[in-house]
Amino acid sequence: MTEGAELFPGPDRDEAERILGRYPPEHRQSAVLPLLDLAQRRHGGWLPAAVVDAVGDYLGMPSMRVRELVTFYSMFHDRPVGRYLVQVCRTTPCWLRGSDEVLAAARQELGIAPGETTPDGDFTLIEVECLGACADAPVVQINDDFHERLDGGQIRAWIHAHRGPKEG
Amino acid sequence: MRDADRVFSNLDGTAAAGLAAARQRGDWDDTRALVRRGREAIQGTIRDSGLRGRGGAGFSTGLKWSFMPKEPAPGRPHYLIVNADESEPGTCKDREILRHEPHKLIEGTLLAGVGISAHTAYIYVRGEFEAERRCLEAAIAECYAAGLLGRDACGSGHDFDIHVHRGAGAYICGEETGLIESLEGKKGFPRLKPPFPASAGLWGYPTTVNNVETIAAVPAILRRGAPWFGGIGRPQNTGTKLFCLSGHVERPCTVEAEMGIPLRELIEQYGGGVRGGWDNLLAVIPGGSSTKVLPATACDNLQMDFDGLREAGSALGTAGVIVMDRTTDIVAAIARLSHFYWHESCGQCTPCREGTGWVSRIMDRFVAGEAAPSDLDTLESVCAQIEGHTICALGDAAAWPVQGLLTHFRDELEQRVAGSYRFLAA
Repeated sequence: MTEGAELFPGPDRDEAERILGRYPPEHRQSAVLPLLDLAQRRHGGWLPAAVVDAVGDYLGMPSMRVRELVTFYSMFHDRPVGRYLVQVCRTTPCWLRGSDEVLAAARQELGIAPGETTPDGDFTLIEVECLGACADAPVVQINDDFHERLDGGQIRAWIHAHRGPKEG
Repeated sequence: MRDADRVFSNLDGTAAAGLAAARQRGDWDDTRALVRRGREAIQGTIRDSGLRGRGGAGFSTGLKWSFMPKEPAPGRPHYLIVNADESEPGTCKDREILRHEPHKLIEGTLLAGVGISAHTAYIYVRGEFEAERRCLEAAIAECYAAGLLGRDACGSGHDFDIHVHRGAGAYICGEETGLIESLEGKKGFPRLKPPFPASAGLWGYPTTVNNVETIAAVPAILRRGAPWFGGIGRPQNTGTKLFCLSGHVERPCTVEAEMGIPLRELIEQYGGGVRGGWDNLLAVIPGGSSTKVLPATACDNLQMDFDGLREAGSALGTAGVIVMDRTTDIVAAIARLSHFYWHESCGQCTPCREGTGWVSRIMDRFVAGEAAPSDLDTLESVCAQIEGHTICALGDAAAWPVQGLLTHFRDELEQRVAGSYRFLAA
């Protein structure tokens, strides 16, 4: 975060206050996960250390208490991720329905291994544990959205359709 | 089962999730009168119905509520937490309630809140369920606008607020005290019990944590009565239950059925049968990944309820049924679960933090056919050293799938010892 920049500018300030309003004023720390999420969304999908510390300051929490959350919870990222975070579920119910094929197709189409980001910064591919949609397996979560009952061809087609210049 | 006995008539999302459609399904019908029955009557009905927690442990819901102090002491509010951190592999039932039947959950939260003298509830939704969270929040906003929540909820005289709290990706936060820690803005490290949440829970105040499905069943039980719910299934195993069918069935799905339904009927009536037919069944994990795998030979007359599955050497758990046909590499299927527990161990207790990694690495060696002859004994020994030696049940849950494999598919493991590797050659 740059010096003097506001952590939650404009409408985000209202959203941050709304989140804080859910908890008793003496327990502001309870808002830390949703506020980290809000901050992550406003900083390109990941949390630079300066942003994490700013969230701590905002809540009156020691920096270490916030940083340890970023590494504990899998949805926070302490390194940059692509514009699309492609998360392939690898746990048994998805595996039984062909998640290996989906992962292989995504790897090939993107030309990267799990844990890597495409050179243009558009896609990050990772494997994740159970997404909780087992009756709709195999499942891939891309940013906020679940893509269900996929096969290799469908994930290829999705990637193909989302390549290229950013819209909006 | 009779359609009329179903609690969740819109489980598949055929109809809209919103308030108008929910009212047509019978939700929010004179809720004021239900609230006015008061704490003792509500607790009594739920206890008499035999409802047991639907999150996995199966503890009596009425009894759990009775552990809360009678009335809040000055400055010590009571809290209700609804556990929507659904992440047990094989389980995807609460998701359907959140997105298709949110009003049953919200109405149940209000009524359960009255049942434990709480005026505030938090619904902890797993972070990945963003679409489901939006659905739930939209439904809650409808309720506030209609006067069903907030001050004088439903005109009952009981003030009641519901807040949605989003998790951030951690299986351990489905454990009730891990969830409480997380809701307090910390890592989800489970707490030693006692003290139990009913005496010192969220921020140290009396708290009850219940699963989504448990709470969503409460309005129906109060309306139709304890004898109705208790009359479905058998004693100690009453009511209807959501079952998730995943893996090698023709039509994977989440369905509501009566407790005790035979496994075969469940799979064939609702899931379109085992892929390739019943005789093609290899094994079933009957209640989510934490329950022990059962071979096909144990599945012919398997009664899907708490006692039926306990007698068979497994457990009902969350009723997430993972079906595996004869094409399945059963060792690899369980190894994936071992990897899951290793990944999800919170790291607080040494036996679990270190043991789940050992188990996962050994399992991977079996999958690759590179296991040493001593690995079988090591696997058994490590599992035994995890089980029962940790603060929460995640350690046990990590050991059980492997122990089930050792009990029922030991020969499969023996074949994978390096040098006697017949698996690929076959």
